[in-house]
Amino acid sequence: MTTWFESPADAAVRLREAGYLTDDATALTAYLSGALEKPLLIEGPAGVGKTELAKAVARATGAGLVRLQCYEGLDEARALYEWNYKKQLLRIQASGGEDSWSETHDDIFTEEFLLTRPLLSAIRRDEPTVLLIDEVDKTDVEVEGLLLEVLSDFQVTIPELGTVSATRRPFVVLTSNATRELSEAVKRRCLFLHLDYPDAERERAIVTSQVPGLEEKVARQLVDVVVRLRELELKKAPSIAESVDWARTLIALEIGELDEETVVRTLGVVLKHASDQRRAVKELKLASR
Amino acid sequence: MSLLDTHIGFVEALRSAGLSVSLAEGLDAISALEQVSWHDRETVRATYAATLVKRQPQRVTFDAVFDIYYPRLIGGGVAGEDVDPVDGPRDTGPELERFREALADALASGDLQALQDLAVEAVARFGAMPGRGPGLSSWSAYTSLQRVSPAELMDRLVKGLLGEGLDAEQAQRAAGRRIGDFTRLVEGDARRRIAEEKGPEHVADVTVRPTIDRLDFTAARRSDLEEMRREIYPLARRLAARLTKEQHAQRRGPLDVRRTVRASIATGGVPLTTHHRPKRPHRSDLVVLCDVSGSVANFAQFTLLLVYALREAFSGVRAFTFVDDVVEVSDRFRPGADVVEVMESLAQSISHATLWGRTNYGRALTRFAEQHADAIGPKSSLLILGDGRSNYSDLALPVLGDLVGRARHAWWLNPEHPRHWGTGDSAADRYGEIVRMVECRNLAQLGEFVHEIV
Repeated sequence: MTTWFESPADAAVRLREAGYLTDDATALTAYLSGALEKPLLIEGPAGVGKTELAKAVARATGAGLVRLQCYEGLDEARALYEWNYKKQLLRIQASGGEDSWSETHDDIFTEEFLLTRPLLSAIRRDEPTVLLIDEVDKTDVEVEGLLLEVLSDFQVTIPELGTVSATRRPFVVLTSNATRELSEAVKRRCLFLHLDYPDAERERAIVTSQVPGLEEKVARQLVDVVVRLRELELKKAPSIAESVDWARTLIALEIGELDEETVVRTLGVVLKHASDQRRAVKELKLASR
Repeated sequence: MSLLDTHIGFVEALRSAGLSVSLAEGLDAISALEQVSWHDRETVRATYAATLVKRQPQRVTFDAVFDIYYPRLIGGGVAGEDVDPVDGPRDTGPELERFREALADALASGDLQALQDLAVEAVARFGAMPGRGPGLSSWSAYTSLQRVSPAELMDRLVKGLLGEGLDAEQAQRAAGRRIGDFTRLVEGDARRRIAEEKGPEHVADVTVRPTIDRLDFTAARRSDLEEMRREIYPLARRLAARLTKEQHAQRRGPLDVRRTVRASIATGGVPLTTHHRPKRPHRSDLVVLCDVSGSVANFAQFTLLLVYALREAFSGVRAFTFVDDVVEVSDRFRPGADVVEVMESLAQSISHATLWGRTNYGRALTRFAEQHADAIGPKSSLLILGDGRSNYSDLALPVLGDLVGRARHAWWLNPEHPRHWGTGDSAADRYGEIVRMVECRNLAQLGEFVHEIV
């Protein structure tokens, strides 16, 4: 059994060293997830660092990261395992019909012909592993059923080989944008964490740590504008990822002062809807071009 | 009460407040609590939240119940004890003066800790109602807020904030937010004291508000409406995602013979995989007719916004608003238009929809049938929004019957509880005989209904 983090405080410190600034609830939940060996389900708007948290846990604990990107139409063969049937076919042809049926049968359903997919490889790894199941709300309901066995018992049943149990339980992180309600069964097995936009203080810390060259004054102005933008009724409020992008843009343009004109010129980096931009210009009383 | 009793009571209260907390999750919470130290209340809160709350909208409810079962302090707390040597009345003129000065300072600096302490003091000093009969609570947030009246400090606070270099609008907003915070803190503290007196079960039943998607349109406060408006767009996106998924699932249309035969050549003429023509999604015209008189205006606006956010699912949407006259508002909803602007222009349209200013369904329906008869055809669906309260006027039942008969489908959404249908001047029961009347009181029901019709 692996100890992932010693305490919530330890989780906060080590995640910070890995370049991820947490708040108290996030550090606590990450610690609990490790201590209880329960999967962690993270929900929240796009771009608040859901996927990044999983990567940071991997970096902080020196574990390997196995990622399963979910999409519509994802099935067992691409999530769990698949038999390498081309190789099996070759094997049968190579034997030239000399082996008996039972020999061939035992032969072609062995490790050698098994193609492991993310879920199975995460379970079979001997090293500490972080398993990231990204955007789990994009999958079909059937895949959730497939996840249940993996998430609760950390085992996979392959009819021809038997049940493969985890030698070492991985740290599982599921992320979701909440476009679909996940089933109760999946939710029950997970710890839940809702990541939201951070407060101004933490956002400034995140922006300055991600974009080292940024001046303190510009960072403060930038975060102020972003916080005000989030108060407006927008179709898509700017996320942390977008404020970081904005900071990088300012560095690239070598701008040392975030005045009205610069805000209007670079607004496209943070707001991606035309109507949102118009609204921001109007509400923040910026002189439009 | 032992710790376990508190835990069980807490979980029970969460369940009765509508959170589905399973036994396994309760056990998880206990084993999680074993792993953390309990010296910090926020740690315990976060631990419970991680194990028991699996849906973000429920978080507000969870926090309210948590505050009742795991109160911040008991009685007046440490501060209460040394401030008050209780002889003579505590609620006196000079005390009030002093308190309001302190409150003004705390509001100006925005110090949350100070505000919290002051809220406790406010309830202790000005909200006590000693000597009431058994069963009645002896603390009141209302009384203390009336005495302290933080809203009167607004001007002063705004002035102070202006001095700090904020512009007028920002200062106004910040001041409003801080006073709102204080009000909430006072309410929370009064709840805590009442819970201490009468047991938490009682308070949890009475004071916990439903989550935003279960909140009645008609019972919503101003701040709730704003929050609901923010919910509309994500709701539309969720519905759209669900729709495309469902349409994908049943997309296999009739067999495409040409492509199947073509593909079968690769497998020696055996059609191993069949190819199908994509199914053409069925789309219909939607005609929305909505009552925008005061009593149901909010509800109508939400529904209109949601329908328009999902307009790709229909081949065309036409919207009409009425009070006692009908006016078309379809042109206000341009693709990609700004929500706030649309709401403003809708509010303006109400004046056009009014002749005498009293809701008259019969007149509105007749006018609609006269002026916009072309809107309804065999391909269009009719959606009427309103509470059916027609001020005892003529109902024009035959006109509605004719409209319903010409349309492909017809629904009537009613924001009132079915038990109120047909009471007073409501004609919901009589209209309900002609057209299918659907109860739609909150965002969750609205989402379900819209999903059903597309």
